[in-house]
Amino acid sequence: MSEQKNSLVEWIDKRFPMTVTWRAHLSEYYAPKNFNSWYFFGSLALLVLVNQLITGIFLTMSYKPDASLAFASVEYIMRDVDYGWLIRYMHSTGASMFFVVVYLHMFRGMIYGSYRKPRELLWLIGMAIFFVLMSLAFTGYILPWGQMSYWGAQVIVSMFEAIPFIGETLHNWILGDFMLSDAALNRFFAYHVVTLPVLIVVLVFVHIIALHEVGSNNPDGIEIKENKNPETKIPVDGIPFHPYYTVKDIFGVVIFLIVFCGIIFFAPEMGGYFLEYNNFIPANTLQTPDHIAPVWYFTPYYSMLRAVTVNFLGVDAKLWGVILMVAGVAVFCFLPWLDRSPVKSIRYKGPIFKTALALFVVSFFVLGWLGTQPPTPFYTLLAQIFSVIYFAFFILMPIYSKIDKTKPEPKRVTK
Amino acid sequence: MADSFSIDSKMSGRRKFLVAATSVAGGVACAGIATPFVKSMMPSERAKAAGAPVEIDISRLESGMLLMVEWRGRVVWILDRTPDMLATLEKLEPQLADPNSDKDQQPDYAKNRTRSIKPEILVVEGICTHLGCSPVFRKDIAPEDLGPDWLGGFFCPCHGSKFDLAGRVYKSVPAPTNMVVPPHVYLSDNVLLIGAESKESA
Repeated sequence: MSEQKNSLVEWIDKRFPMTVTWRAHLSEYYAPKNFNSWYFFGSLALLVLVNQLITGIFLTMSYKPDASLAFASVEYIMRDVDYGWLIRYMHSTGASMFFVVVYLHMFRGMIYGSYRKPRELLWLIGMAIFFVLMSLAFTGYILPWGQMSYWGAQVIVSMFEAIPFIGETLHNWILGDFMLSDAALNRFFAYHVVTLPVLIVVLVFVHIIALHEVGSNNPDGIEIKENKNPETKIPVDGIPFHPYYTVKDIFGVVIFLIVFCGIIFFAPEMGGYFLEYNNFIPANTLQTPDHIAPVWYFTPYYSMLRAVTVNFLGVDAKLWGVILMVAGVAVFCFLPWLDRSPVKSIRYKGPIFKTALALFVVSFFVLGWLGTQPPTPFYTLLAQIFSVIYFAFFILMPIYSKIDKTKPEPKRVTK
Repeated sequence: MADSFSIDSKMSGRRKFLVAATSVAGGVACAGIATPFVKSMMPSERAKAAGAPVEIDISRLESGMLLMVEWRGRVVWILDRTPDMLATLEKLEPQLADPNSDKDQQPDYAKNRTRSIKPEILVVEGICTHLGCSPVFRKDIAPEDLGPDWLGGFFCPCHGSKFDLAGRVYKSVPAPTNMVVPPHVYLSDNVLLIGAESKESA
């Protein structure tokens, strides 16, 4: 039996590098042995991606991308399709959980300096995935064609009108009409189910290839490749990804699925944060709901958008708001070059960096909360203050990361 | 890889020229084939043909009442302002960004304080010039959420932009310009045509 199997493997290996690939990326890919719980979120993001792809395919079987039919088809899925409610809740909960794990995955990179040399490109590919993920979330949210779908899309698409000169043409080109209508719904469906999923799968593949080229960072932020066993050429602080981390990640998957199922079965709307109440009302082009807010994962950036209320440098507040919002996301791309600290990991960084990071986290959450609230003058002021803190974290980083008092990095990884 | 095929090492003038010429031709071909795809995403002929003007009978519009109608998929408001409402327009002018409607957001016949043909009847697209939400008609004076200075107007719930009862934008709000007054004309005392300036051009 085993000989037969070996000959089959051999037959394949002569025609496709199966064993070589398995070794290079799993059984002989050496990851640092000191991974902690922060390292679950990469594999969990992959799990959620697979969940979205599979549930998404089944949703397209019953969904209709037509402005007059879309809302009813989603209700049809919820009420009449066998287990349609489960598949839809897996998809909608998956969307929010995708952002939960991706934000934690990014935060892991920020605390352990995983964006630093030689992982700059890996970080940028990750940012590209983040942009595609945001586009996927946006286009997906439009599909049920409820009030929040319609007015949320209206707001986002109107941002393009703020671009000087080409704004209006670009706006009409994106919508395929002079206003948000059936034409736009139909094409956003095409993006959501074809263009963007293909793009995200390719980018995730490239992300993993880039990771396996430079090797994983670790909580100590030191390079395990610099200390290899002279005979085996294997990093002394490395262990094979399979079976050690596959088993560890499966444990993470189990914990994650408990939480995931808990949400699906007991709180799929998550108090209006995962699925907004206004989206259970069909789109009404004549009336904006009294209070519109994006889904939670966009609220920090949404707060920045509406924080700008004054014109300056000859540019009006509307365009500044859009610029600030885009910058709020794009600024992460510059992290590899903004951090001038001699050490990577927060374990060896000094009090200034830790304080700055804490302020950044606070401002992210405060902006996120403000984005769910109606705009009052006081809240707008708060949004302005915390937007400044948010950007100061990045802009001042080259200074404070350099003057900060760091501890020496160890030669070997620690516990 | 066989070195003899390396472009860098054996780049004769002729080969360089051929590589450049092929690249240019390829680039032109790519731009050419992309054109129909890009163009296919512009508003279709059907979308362009939609948007005929709409006729509205306003005889039943009562003083102080707001009527919503749809034109080109957008909401258009027709507001019959009371004398009290009209009196607020002048009072609010110091707080407005463009009180004289200098920016081109209205036809010439609506470039006045009331931004209308008939002083009391306001016809305006009910779309915030910030990011396209539809503001809420708030005629209550000095409500708790809008402050004691509020004399009635339109408030955008999305990002907090404020407009007076002529659709003129306040200072220091996200919206950059006054609300748009669509082309319109009175066909008779009580019949309003929105989307054209005469029956014929419709």
